[in-house]
Amino acid sequence: MSIITTQDLFKSYGPREALGGVSFAVEEGEIFGFLGPNGAGKTTTINILCTLLSASSGRAAVAGLDCAAEPDRVRANIGLVFQETTLDLDLTAYENLKFHAYLYRVPREEAPRRIEAMLEMVDLAERKHEPIRQFSGGMKRRLELARGLLHRPRVLFLDEPTLGLDPQTRRRIWEFIRAARQREGVTVFMTTHYMDEAEHCDRIAILDHGRIVALDTPAGLKAMAGRDVVGLASTDDARAAEEIERAFGIRPRREEGRLAMEVPRGDEFVPRLIGALSVGVLSVQVRRPTLDDVFLKFTGHAIRGDGPPGAGEDRGGAD
Amino acid sequence: MGHLQPVSVICQREFIRFFRVKSRWLGALARPLIWLVLVGNGLNAIVRPQGPYTYLQSIFPGIIAMTIMFSAILSSATIVWDREFGFLREMLVAPVSRGAIVLGKAVAGTLISVLQAMLVLLLAPLLGLPVTAGQAASLLVASLFISFCVTSMGILISACIRTFDGYNLVMNFLVMPLFLLSGAMYPVASMPLPLRLASLCNPVTYCVDVFKHILLGAGKKGPEFLLVQDLAIVAALSALAIALAALAFRRKD
Repeated sequence: MSIITTQDLFKSYGPREALGGVSFAVEEGEIFGFLGPNGAGKTTTINILCTLLSASSGRAAVAGLDCAAEPDRVRANIGLVFQETTLDLDLTAYENLKFHAYLYRVPREEAPRRIEAMLEMVDLAERKHEPIRQFSGGMKRRLELARGLLHRPRVLFLDEPTLGLDPQTRRRIWEFIRAARQREGVTVFMTTHYMDEAEHCDRIAILDHGRIVALDTPAGLKAMAGRDVVGLASTDDARAAEEIERAFGIRPRREEGRLAMEVPRGDEFVPRLIGALSVGVLSVQVRRPTLDDVFLKFTGHAIRGDGPPGAGEDRGGAD
Repeated sequence: MGHLQPVSVICQREFIRFFRVKSRWLGALARPLIWLVLVGNGLNAIVRPQGPYTYLQSIFPGIIAMTIMFSAILSSATIVWDREFGFLREMLVAPVSRGAIVLGKAVAGTLISVLQAMLVLLLAPLLGLPVTAGQAASLLVASLFISFCVTSMGILISACIRTFDGYNLVMNFLVMPLFLLSGAMYPVASMPLPLRLASLCNPVTYCVDVFKHILLGAGKKGPEFLLVQDLAIVAALSALAIALAALAFRRKD
């Protein structure tokens, strides 16, 4: 049975449509990712599933409970980590978790043991009595992760869980998320606009302009993008482009001061490419498709906030 | 039990925060002293009220009311802080009712205010105002009611405030005038007509008057209204404010 299901979710804010008919199902124990640029509708979807927002139309259910009809019971079954911190900075790590345990009615005799176990899991047991005002961004996020799992939710929602953290801390957060799935058997639903992060998910839905444009495993999505990308730097790119088009019928695109072209088998294409060129070849690269390529293929524009500055930033003109 | 646990845990958090955040309790202790010692003493030398009491004695009930009022407003303003720092979301997504959140805040604000009022009461003998055990007990009960009333009104206001600026606006343009027009620093009867009319519409006026009844006794130029009238207004307002506060949260989340 699917633990999260949505059917034709629509949400508009006045004339602006944030979600235009979103349907998907998440299986129990999965790490499911929502990938898309800012404003694609990721947070709107999470807020509807968490009962913080009601959909304009369509249905959403978590753990078999309808989000609109039984919000209190849905809330008891989910854990949340928001983009912005929601900790009380004047309380200690332990007090924050204790507050949460009582609010979610973790049985009193179980609460202390459970709090210790969660602090242990995120490596904060030794600092549990310090006010968290002194904690770093990464430590706060870890504490929120521990808090989100404290009441044994069936689904853990993570809205951009590693936003604003350095790469090392991001890796660490991911280790904890995977450990949590292993130990607690919790289903993880997360949003991200980092391509590399989406690779950690079992399945990914690519969201753009409030619609799901693709949904599959990372490997499956890459297979759909299909082609290798061959990059070429030459002494005369304009002439090289002309020659390539004449010899292979491919029109290369200009990318970061090089020519890039998509071909089915990059390794076999390179010798033929070099043979066909009269200009000097400076370097050639062959790259397997990444999720960036996948995103580009399905949406016709690059994801924002990642990659070189300016790339895909102008969403209006991209499609 | 099922419903009381969230109320009590929200209440506990407020107490921890009150005693941990130094500016909260230092400010709470300093405010009545400043009004009593600096403002009261200064005016005491030039103001000769009618009746048996000195000016300092006559404003003492008002100082207790002020202590409660500012404390209750500060307590309910923690909602604005919680909103700004995100913690309100932690409470709003928990599987507890909005009513429990509002009640937890209201109970904590009430108890913290009463605690401060009782501390200020200890100053009474220094002003030559003897307080009997019976008076202290009456004051305790009245403080509980009045604190709950003001805290509930504060929560109602805080539920509608989104920013710190909004909070400052409320402090300067609502709380201070309400205090000054309450008969705490000068009798309502002696005010010019427009101010007197405003005072009669001010709920704080009746809270202050309850304390005057208890500390100064009726008929000695202390209280200005009937005790029954004061209590009826305070009770009606408490019920209305807490109901509206819970509603405001239901609508806004």
